[in-house]
Amino acid sequence: MIEIIDLHKSFDGQEVLRGVNLKIEDKELIAIIGQSGGGKSVFLKHLIGLLKPDRGSIIIEGIDITKVRRKELDLVRQKFGVVFQGGALFDSLTVYDNIAFPLREKLMLHELKVRDRVEELLEDVGLSGIENKYPAEISGGMRKRVALARALVTEPKIVLFDEPTTGLDPILLHSIHDLIVETHRKYGFTGVIISHDIPEIFEVVDRVAFLYKGIIAEIGTPQEIQNSKNPVARQFLTGARNSLIKDL
Amino acid sequence: MKKYIINIGARVIQIIRTIGHMFIFLMNSIYFIFSPPFKYRLLLKQIYFIGNKSVVVIILIGSFTGMVLALQIFYTLRKFGSEAMLGPAVALSLIRELGPVLSALTVTGRAGSAITAEIGIMRITEQIDALISMALNPMKYLVVPNMVAAIIVFPLLTAIFDVIGIFGGYLIGVKLLGLSSGTYFSQMKQYIDIVDIEIGLYKSISFGLIVSWISCYKGYYTSYGAEGVSKATTESVVLSSILILIWDYFIGSLYL
Repeated sequence: MIEIIDLHKSFDGQEVLRGVNLKIEDKELIAIIGQSGGGKSVFLKHLIGLLKPDRGSIIIEGIDITKVRRKELDLVRQKFGVVFQGGALFDSLTVYDNIAFPLREKLMLHELKVRDRVEELLEDVGLSGIENKYPAEISGGMRKRVALARALVTEPKIVLFDEPTTGLDPILLHSIHDLIVETHRKYGFTGVIISHDIPEIFEVVDRVAFLYKGIIAEIGTPQEIQNSKNPVARQFLTGARNSLIKDL
Repeated sequence: MKKYIINIGARVIQIIRTIGHMFIFLMNSIYFIFSPPFKYRLLLKQIYFIGNKSVVVIILIGSFTGMVLALQIFYTLRKFGSEAMLGPAVALSLIRELGPVLSALTVTGRAGSAITAEIGIMRITEQIDALISMALNPMKYLVVPNMVAAIIVFPLLTAIFDVIGIFGGYLIGVKLLGLSSGTYFSQMKQYIDIVDIEIGLYKSISFGLIVSWISCYKGYYTSYGAEGVSKATTESVVLSSILILIWDYFIGSLYL
């Protein structure tokens, strides 16, 4: 289980997170929605220890990662897979080497096992046959799939998705969502998805958390969120202008 | 007035903080050089990139530097009737001073800027974050190989520069200006000490460290966007060049 308690973070005096509290259950898929620039990616980076909070705790399977040393933090990080917004694929490596990278560098697997695992993952994400291409030679949608394959290759317990469908057309968006659901079913990870895809994301996740003004303003099942009485959440979901959220 | 003083104070604090940050980065890098696992394949790749790919430009600059040096020194020596000293004068200038400095400046422009840009792009495209999220240490992958490669390669490039420069001087002194080949080389043997070669070696090793340190630091902490990478690359080349010249003076004055 992941538990976030009273998480605060500010940059140059500007408060981005102002006391986030959230519990994420094992093996659930949860979406974090909210305004652009509202701190969703900042929140996600805290979960993997890429940013240190000003105040608050992030407890992952009983370990408060805000208080541990780097070596212990690295042990916790081994439980994670991350799909970054732009994929963050290593551009000097081929697709095959990108996916194989954590297996070779972290798990030190034998090359035969690496090959089997990479081929399995490429099949899972529907990309067999592009092993020797470089990230610059494949489309945006393919890059996202490769990023997902790389994130899943070590069979992590927790997978973080930072806007995995940004910049994709509606067909690709649905295919990535389907892929997340399929791989979640197969690998049984806990998934945290930062998303702007409303209402599409509601078909994918178990719960939705609405981050507004640095706190979780609303949380519940997709159904509950869609029927929420919270006026700000309602405005966000409908995209109505001239209301509570002025800069929406 | 008060505001003006506050601004100056804030700027000074900022500069001190940056220098401190850079030194912590250097100390961390040196620590990681000696801590396993060692990335030999990446090291070889960087030796090839910094070293092998710089050889042609080093030969070109080395040969013309030696030729220009011989022309100018010959002109001066002729006024004192000491043309025979052309060999040692060219060789000493190259081995003690111009070889290490010019090859370091050349590699800064060619490889240092590329290292900063590459690491900077990895920073802004979250590739460094990806490494950290895999519980891997980016310093081991991006900084250590560059630093060790530069420390190995800079003295070798400097040696090539010196040798080519001396032969450039030979071409001008002997083939063009009519000095005898024996005079050019025998005088050189007599006047060049092992200490002179040591100085050149120490300089080139330290320049390798300086260039790789600044290039990696500027790339690693680049600000966001294409503009950030462009700014980091420029700063990297300018700062490396300035530090090379300051450090050159410092070591040179120590060994006089």
